[in-house]
Amino acid sequence: MYQYDAYDHQLVRERVAQFRGQVVRRLKGDLTEEEFRPLRLMNGLYLQLHAYMLRVAVPYGTLSSEQLRMLAQIARKYDKGYGHFTTRQNIQYNWLNLEDVPDLLADLATVEMHAIQTSGNCIRNVTADQYAGVSADEIEDPRIYAEIIRQWSTLHPEFSFLPRKFKIAVTGAPKDRAAVRVHDIGLQMRRNEKGEAGFEVLVGGGLGRTPIIAKTIRPFLPKRDLLSYLEAVLRVYNQLGRRDNLHKARIKILVQSVGAERFTEMVEAEWQHLRDGALELPADTIAHIRAFFAAPAYETLEAEVPAFEAKRFEDRAFAEWCRTNLAPHKVPGYAIVNISLKATGEAPGDASAEQMETVADLAERHSFGELRVTHAQNLVLPHVKLADVFAVWQALAAAGLASANIGLITDTITCPGLDYCNLANARSIPVAQQISERFEALERQYDIGDLKIKISGCINACGHHHVGHIGLLGVDKKGEEFYQITLGGDAEEKASIGDIVGPAFAREKAVDAVETIVETYLAHRQNGERFLDTYRRLGLGPFKEQLYDAR
Amino acid sequence: MTLVSREGVQEDPWVFVADDAALPEDGAVVVTLERWQRDGNALLARSGRLGICLRSDETAEALVEALGHFDLVALEFPQFKDGRPYSSARILRERYGYTGELRAVGDVLRDQLFFMLRCGFDSFELPDRANIQEWMQAFEEIGVVYQPASDGRRPVPGLRR
Amino acid sequence: MTKQVVTANRLRDGDVVYLAENGRWTPWLDEASVAETAAEAEAFMKIAEESEAACEVISIYGMPVEGERLEPVSTRERIRAKGPTTRTDLGKQAEPGFAKRA
Repeated sequence: MYQYDAYDHQLVRERVAQFRGQVVRRLKGDLTEEEFRPLRLMNGLYLQLHAYMLRVAVPYGTLSSEQLRMLAQIARKYDKGYGHFTTRQNIQYNWLNLEDVPDLLADLATVEMHAIQTSGNCIRNVTADQYAGVSADEIEDPRIYAEIIRQWSTLHPEFSFLPRKFKIAVTGAPKDRAAVRVHDIGLQMRRNEKGEAGFEVLVGGGLGRTPIIAKTIRPFLPKRDLLSYLEAVLRVYNQLGRRDNLHKARIKILVQSVGAERFTEMVEAEWQHLRDGALELPADTIAHIRAFFAAPAYETLEAEVPAFEAKRFEDRAFAEWCRTNLAPHKVPGYAIVNISLKATGEAPGDASAEQMETVADLAERHSFGELRVTHAQNLVLPHVKLADVFAVWQALAAAGLASANIGLITDTITCPGLDYCNLANARSIPVAQQISERFEALERQYDIGDLKIKISGCINACGHHHVGHIGLLGVDKKGEEFYQITLGGDAEEKASIGDIVGPAFAREKAVDAVETIVETYLAHRQNGERFLDTYRRLGLGPFKEQLYDAR
Repeated sequence: MTLVSREGVQEDPWVFVADDAALPEDGAVVVTLERWQRDGNALLARSGRLGICLRSDETAEALVEALGHFDLVALEFPQFKDGRPYSSARILRERYGYTGELRAVGDVLRDQLFFMLRCGFDSFELPDRANIQEWMQAFEEIGVVYQPASDGRRPVPGLRR
Repeated sequence: MTKQVVTANRLRDGDVVYLAENGRWTPWLDEASVAETAAEAEAFMKIAEESEAACEVISIYGMPVEGERLEPVSTRERIRAKGPTTRTDLGKQAEPGFAKRA
């Protein structure tokens, strides 16, 4: 993974000092809240329901053991002993004092971490596919380019006061595990006819009030043009994005209003001025960054590991966990281990300091010191020898981290909601917890199969409900919590926005409604269809009927 | 208002003339784009230096033909959050090769000075409440930059090669 | 007019606070000064605004309360007054002395 050099260390140190100065000036009254707010947001610091919340950047979701240990320490030292992993692969702390934050950032800087640009109207954390570097279907490790983009976007002087936030995602495989189609810019690695790797550039995707799937504006962009092209897109957005209405300020609105074709023309025209200049990405810069993402020292192993197979045969709980939580690794004898942060009754995506330390130890001993955060709010140990998987599972189980539910119905994506968030209209975590309790039985979950439930506590859609197979949106109806349900959303290559099934459900009825939807699917599925396939075949009809008419 | 540059407080010889005010006979005047488009000939006929002030919704492209006439271009930040002048500044410097004074006016605050400098601004109109010496430290706060801009500083990726 | 209190967050630690007597801010809702008329509400807001200008608090606003024990009207404010419903071991609800006030 990427290692800071003297320049990178200098930047985070200076940034901490700069923010420390800003906090002092704020507390003295030299800065009003209106002037301070964008500055603290550009350092990831929000005022939430109960206290200040800090969003720490986890660039493209990659962490070292050492970094995760520091995150655990920070949870203990400055917060209440836990953290929350987010849908953009970052981590959030919910209970901070403003006065402590500069010291917290100084601690982060000692392990090459920061909270720069995790909020504010600037370019945010660049996210990537959580299996980057270890999946056989990958063209190239997308993190190389995510790191290059991260550096280019850091304290970019022209793009720090955009009309609104800006989110970029990169995926290196044809299978899109990074939801690039619902990002402001999505980069999908592709090969051209000559077999050269480059990027399909998609622009204008997003969720929230106006969910839109991104449009391809460039089917193939060579690597050397990556930064100059991004700069062209950002400049067009900075100049033309709306600044009169907060809810119409994202680039997706601009693309929609001028049309993808006209937008592409504007970007290409701007790009003519920028291409082949100071932003051209030379091969040696790419090589320099690529070296940080070189494969670790894998052993040469057999693909079949009898000891692993034997344990799977003997231990039923282990076998159940393996069937959902292991993903194939491109190197024989290794596996990708998914760690579920969706235990029954727990808050999705939360991890205690002790759990973080357990994972850090496991990563150090069994995964070359590396782990990943997924946008589904789980963790990954990317390089585990099959021979070690049983021991890893035992350690995870002891720490409450061995839920065998990756990709199943209880592996929900859930925002913090009204229990924590200033923007929320309804709670989301209790609904997720009830779903995990209702569907706890593993065999039932496994029979239901691939079913992604995504829950948001408000229209801002941080829980990605629009692209859930089943989406739940919390709304406030006359002071009561209601949940509007959508069906058929998808964040992958055939991305789609879910359809509203009908009137919202009261809090007490919401999980029953989910169960009715599941039962309807099971009654109608054919030939091992996933929920999404059944829905795409049948549409809303049977579900509406069961939910509303058949009562 | 105090005018500063990187070097410190500056005397300001420029007079901003309102659209409906009479033009002074001589001296350096700054007018709006609208006035320039209306009274261009009268402005050029004068003996004093000429400057222009753009609103944030007016583009640098509007000046491309006439740029040679101006010794000062002022770009207005109506609120500090309006980031459009950063793009206009870079276009003036990097695309059109403008070498005159490029001034930030309007809601110019300490914590944006570093970005403004990088985008090619070389003078800044600070509000009366500004602690000038303290504010000017903002120029020096960050010693490494990661992307090329108008200031000619070598970005880190370039330094590594 | 529904009864109102003024609430805010303390600048330095983000803690939820309520305006009590003499411009004091308290973390406990049951100590808040209750405005029963529009004039009272306005007077409280003025005090709150001065406190905001003095960099003591941010995000000040009036909040309706109801009933004998002056409970917040909205779910959001109930959660703000107590803590997250999903972690009853955190927030004001977990502090010693909270039980007595509830």
